[in-house]
Amino acid sequence: MAVLQSRKAGDGEGGEGKVVACWDVGGRGRKGLAHVFSPTLPQIRGSRARALPDRALVNCQYSSATFSTGERKRRPHGDRKSCEMGLQLRQTFEAAILTQLHPRSQIDIYVQVLQADGGTYAACVNAATLAVLDAGIPMRDFVCACSAGFVDGTALADLSHVEEAAGGPQLALALLPASGQIALLEMDARLHEDHLEQVLEAAAWASRDVHTVLDRVVRQHVQEASVLLGD
Amino acid sequence: MKETPLSNCERRFLLRAIEEKKRLDGRQTYDYRNIKISFGTDYGCCIVELGKTRVLGQVSCELVSPKLNRATEGILFFNLELSQMAAPAFEPGRQSDLLVKLNRLLERCLRNSKCIDTESLCVVAGEKVGNIPKILNLGISAVDFIAAIVALCHFRRPDVSVQGDEVTLYTLEERDPVPLSIHHMPICVSFAFFQQGTYLLVDPSEREERVMDGLLVIAMNKHREICTIQSSGGIMLLKDQVLRCSKIAGVKVVEITELIQKALENDQKVRKEGGKFGFAESMANQRITAFKMEKAPIDTSDVEEKAEEIISEAEPPSEVVSKPVLWTPGTAQIGEGIENSWGHLEDSEKEDEDEGGSDEATILDGMKMDTGVEVSNIGSQDAPIVLSDSEEEEMIILEPDKNPKKIRTQTISATQVKAPSKKPVKKRKKKRAAN
Repeated sequence: MAVLQSRKAGDGEGGEGKVVACWDVGGRGRKGLAHVFSPTLPQIRGSRARALPDRALVNCQYSSATFSTGERKRRPHGDRKSCEMGLQLRQTFEAAILTQLHPRSQIDIYVQVLQADGGTYAACVNAATLAVLDAGIPMRDFVCACSAGFVDGTALADLSHVEEAAGGPQLALALLPASGQIALLEMDARLHEDHLEQVLEAAAWASRDVHTVLDRVVRQHVQEASVLLGD
Repeated sequence: MKETPLSNCERRFLLRAIEEKKRLDGRQTYDYRNIKISFGTDYGCCIVELGKTRVLGQVSCELVSPKLNRATEGILFFNLELSQMAAPAFEPGRQSDLLVKLNRLLERCLRNSKCIDTESLCVVAGEKVGNIPKILNLGISAVDFIAAIVALCHFRRPDVSVQGDEVTLYTLEERDPVPLSIHHMPICVSFAFFQQGTYLLVDPSEREERVMDGLLVIAMNKHREICTIQSSGGIMLLKDQVLRCSKIAGVKVVEITELIQKALENDQKVRKEGGKFGFAESMANQRITAFKMEKAPIDTSDVEEKAEEIISEAEPPSEVVSKPVLWTPGTAQIGEGIENSWGHLEDSEKEDEDEGGSDEATILDGMKMDTGVEVSNIGSQDAPIVLSDSEEEEMIILEPDKNPKKIRTQTISATQVKAPSKKPVKKRKKKRAAN
């Protein structure tokens, strides 16, 4: 049995070459804001030496606002957790973005968590997917992510902060819904091997639901944009 | 120092070998490398070797005040370092991606799985508590977790007793140190994926890691509980691949746990019996560590007779007839460059032109390798022989009337390149590794 929370998403454009997408989950849920600096791809920020000759370099940075959790916590910028999140996001998007189409360029994805109530990785991935899509960067498919856990013999999808803090096993899964391929899989805490399938299934199912929402939002946005641009 | 990049031919070679289910060190796809565990003289110090990867694990502890919001629990602190002794690419003071990843993996694996009972580290609630820093020096990959677990199991903390308000910490002389209470031992198994997930290898070595598409690390304990899963690299997995890997991991973990238990018991026994223990003992004495052999006397009295025998019985060498290859009037080629006369070597001449040159070993004296040259057929002895080559620079055949252009030859030692003269001769040396 899986439990989902209601969600809504919105995306929009802001600034030069900057695309902002906001992923908002449920009432007290989590909000993630993703900025993708994209179409100025041929520019390389940082060192030119890191440019790859046959594909684009994907650079992801994660940061968490001080007001995002229950207690106001100042997180230093280079700390291990944000580094790790950044690396994971990068791994996810390197797999999903067709980097071969943009050699010797860099795609920057900056994600900021505004409100964290569990499932921050999933929120970041979903927001970043919207942003990347809106920026026009070619991707293999939507990347939909969801967390899942296992409490008292039941697999739960989309854990909230309270459920995460309870200390049970948590699984974060990023999925490409059309092919069912897993871009990133990460699990913490002890889970018996026999239950793994159940939990994976719950997370996959939830990710597919996320996909329908994302799809709907993107289509809506395209429709609005085309109306605004004229016939 | 930057890592030397992997050459394309080596990468192709490794991938082809993996497609044929062969590994460079002769293992099967699901085989682990040899694990060797040795302990130091202090409690809590151990070295784990997995093939050529070596990791040192060290556990130590001290009394500190606990965290305010967790007054009854001890503090565990993990630290992982990549020492420069491990590889020239590891630089001091730089937090590379690899380091961050490994650190986080280690922390999640050992901390979140609650394998150590932190409450048992508590001395007095709210006052002082044991603090366990751990420092690891690393080779590569998931073997450090074995070292961490082994070190933790091996560690003995000093005994503490509380009488009223007084806390007495006994030194090692006064009372025997006490082992930590460890619930279970999570062991990491790593899986490398190649060719978009078609091929899978367990416990990749460093070379295999460089050509892999992605890595999946599963940490399990012997009760078949998964402690951590982490996929890294740009690999796309399928659900059943993950489930299959977890099953394989289950089997491997049981074997490794047994090995660890045995090693711990051995060490325990040796210490109890008062034997010698420590790292110095774990190095074998009678092993050759230098390439030096004692001179052994050989009887050479009958060498002359034997040599004469051999010479008389041998056949005379065959006549070598040089067949000049006539390109155009005025241009001829004698000698090497035509089909290999050493006999038919399997596969070597039928190779694709791409692979031909790349798989040949480099040659002494700095002569650059030619790409494999395929000869269509020798034809009659007088007809000009056509050589087809793929990657070589175009061979320019000069007419005797025109001005001799500079012939671009490959970087061959100077003696080989002749200045354009009346009969320019282009020599191409083709050597194969000794077959």
